[in-house]
Amino acid sequence: MAARTLYEKLWDSHVVSTRDDGSALLYIDRHLVHEVTSPQAFEGLTLAGRTPWRLDANLATVDHNVPTENQSAGVDAIADPTSRIQVKTLDANCDAFGITQFKMADPRAGIVHVIGPEQGATLPGMTVVCGDSHTSTHGAFGALAHGIGTSEVEHVLATQCLVTQKMKTMRIRISGPLGFGVTAKDVILYVIGQIGTAGGTGCAIEFAGEAIESLSMEGRMTVCNMAIEAGARAGLIAVDQTTIDYVQGRPYAPTGADWARAVAAWSELHSDSDAHFDVDIAIDGTLIEPQVSWGTNPEMVTGVHGVVPDPALIDDPTKREGVERALKYMGLTARQSIQSIQLDRVFIGSCTNSRIEDLREAARVVEGKRVAGSVRQALVVPGSGLVKREAEREGLDQIFRAAGFEWRDPGCSMCLAMNADRLGAGEHCASTSNRNFEGRQGTGGRTHLVSPAMAAAAAIAGHFVDVREW
Amino acid sequence: MQQFIRETGVVMPLDRANVDTDQIIPKQYLKSIKRTGFGVNLFDDWRYLDPGEPDTDHSTRRINPEFILNEPRYRDAKILLARDNFGCGSSREHAPWAIMEYGFRAVIAPSFADIFFNNSFKNGLLPLVLDAALVDALFARTQGAETYALTIDLAAQTLLGEDGWSAGFSIDPFRKTCLLEGLDEIGLTLKEADAIRAYESRRRADAPWLFRE
Ligand code: SF4
Repeated sequence: MAARTLYEKLWDSHVVSTRDDGSALLYIDRHLVHEVTSPQAFEGLTLAGRTPWRLDANLATVDHNVPTENQSAGVDAIADPTSRIQVKTLDANCDAFGITQFKMADPRAGIVHVIGPEQGATLPGMTVVCGDSHTSTHGAFGALAHGIGTSEVEHVLATQCLVTQKMKTMRIRISGPLGFGVTAKDVILYVIGQIGTAGGTGCAIEFAGEAIESLSMEGRMTVCNMAIEAGARAGLIAVDQTTIDYVQGRPYAPTGADWARAVAAWSELHSDSDAHFDVDIAIDGTLIEPQVSWGTNPEMVTGVHGVVPDPALIDDPTKREGVERALKYMGLTARQSIQSIQLDRVFIGSCTNSRIEDLREAARVVEGKRVAGSVRQALVVPGSGLVKREAEREGLDQIFRAAGFEWRDPGCSMCLAMNADRLGAGEHCASTSNRNFEGRQGTGGRTHLVSPAMAAAAAIAGHFVDVREW
Repeated sequence: MQQFIRETGVVMPLDRANVDTDQIIPKQYLKSIKRTGFGVNLFDDWRYLDPGEPDTDHSTRRINPEFILNEPRYRDAKILLARDNFGCGSSREHAPWAIMEYGFRAVIAPSFADIFFNNSFKNGLLPLVLDAALVDALFARTQGAETYALTIDLAAQTLLGEDGWSAGFSIDPFRKTCLLEGLDEIGLTLKEADAIRAYESRRRADAPWLFRE
């Protein structure tokens, strides 16, 4: 057989049928469901008199709308009535259709992209979809994973399949080793800064190279999480021993004879050495320094020793206007140094950076120090109830609290501010999330994307600092 | 799904690249469990001067007169003209719902974000990819006239401006058929139920660990 990329292997193994125009009916192994993009899909199903095709392929949780304080008080205590209805609607739909759901305050509940891998519900070789663009996260396991819209949520519920077109293949090889203090988040922000927010449009991006191989599974998830911010629907990383070690023993992972069979099958999940990619990019990972975004999309990013760009020096008029608009929105001036940006809030959380290693990394930085007086609020929001429990077992919550951080219940929280956690207009936030769009973290809010260690150091200093000199 | 065959209407130029889904419909409105009611919040942050919440009476909010959507000449615009990477960001289908409900039937841009592009087709909103040079030509035409009307003929795959300007465009044939006929994709897929079952039994044999029941 001709040499194939990892993407092509995953595609080939899931095609149910192909159509004349090149689109295919692709079988979906895992469908993750949350409260925001599913109500209209369940309604559509009911109206058409349909039922889910295969219940055990679905796993649901509530994350976007849940409060991050006092979850144990229950759904009825959610203050915002529209949020409460949405959470209750998912509960009711899952109960009615018989879909497994981790309800609010169940320790297994949390951000959908954190709990899938944590439970082993995301496995190598799977197709994984969810009504959420950051489904690309699960590609870290050598799974074909991407976000879908609500009509497709309904389609997958009803048919266990998706009608889809083959993506182009892109490989981004990042050499190593990464410098001291440089994290997965810095790698992906740097990559997006290089290729742009539309750089991967239409592609599945496979991340490879020494820098990627050296990352833990959690770091790989951070990288794939933001593939969508480079325009790619899917990110991918080949399966290796790191992947297999992570998966073993998780609740949904295979056991016994199945485990050995699965591991053998997963060993094929890498691109063949002579496989052809439509686009092949090489990045020198040794050049990457801690990154900070200054603008209103994730490609507007620079190193911590950098400065905000000067629009007067940009020739392309659309680009120049984009930078001008971003500087105005962000309240920054041309050539201002990144380290001079003063912060009002700090958010450590989101499906990009709310796993245990992220919290450990941030805790290490803040231990024994205090959040700067000028910082109004510093939040730590674990990605799941299990992450929270583990962090508390390790005493990380105590470190954060002693430093002046608020320690919260799990959820999406200030990543998109659908609950009560949000920025005020004009406030600058060092955030470990993935999107710095206008208004993303609250109307008029100004988001700077950084790694957990950089966010933690910024909280202490009150402005951005190079965590490597910390 | 609403059919799309042939539409004629005023083109509203939105001269910005990377218009993201948070701009198209901000997240506070995604708390709705309905498919409707989003038109009034299309481009909410740009369109109104004061912030809005789902329970706000939007008719009492202060309008931003500088935002193009609020210009009287574009009140009945049907075609949105945009720049690169339109619809980037989240997977929210509320974005095409809001655009459609407001009254647009098509968005023309040099490129779209993948998920937005896909979602649009499921709802009878035509995301039309046009060469950057042709998009530039259309921007020039909208800027040179009070309003500029365009006819999109999906069956013929042509654009015809009121001044005689014309261009062709390409589109995936399956998607074209679905739009022309307003097809229910789930119904179409379920016609292949036997093939899905056959695949499933192969998969169950090859990878039993993926099945818990
Ligand atoms: S944490 Fe943020 S990006 Fe991730 S799923 Fe939640 S809202 Fe989306």
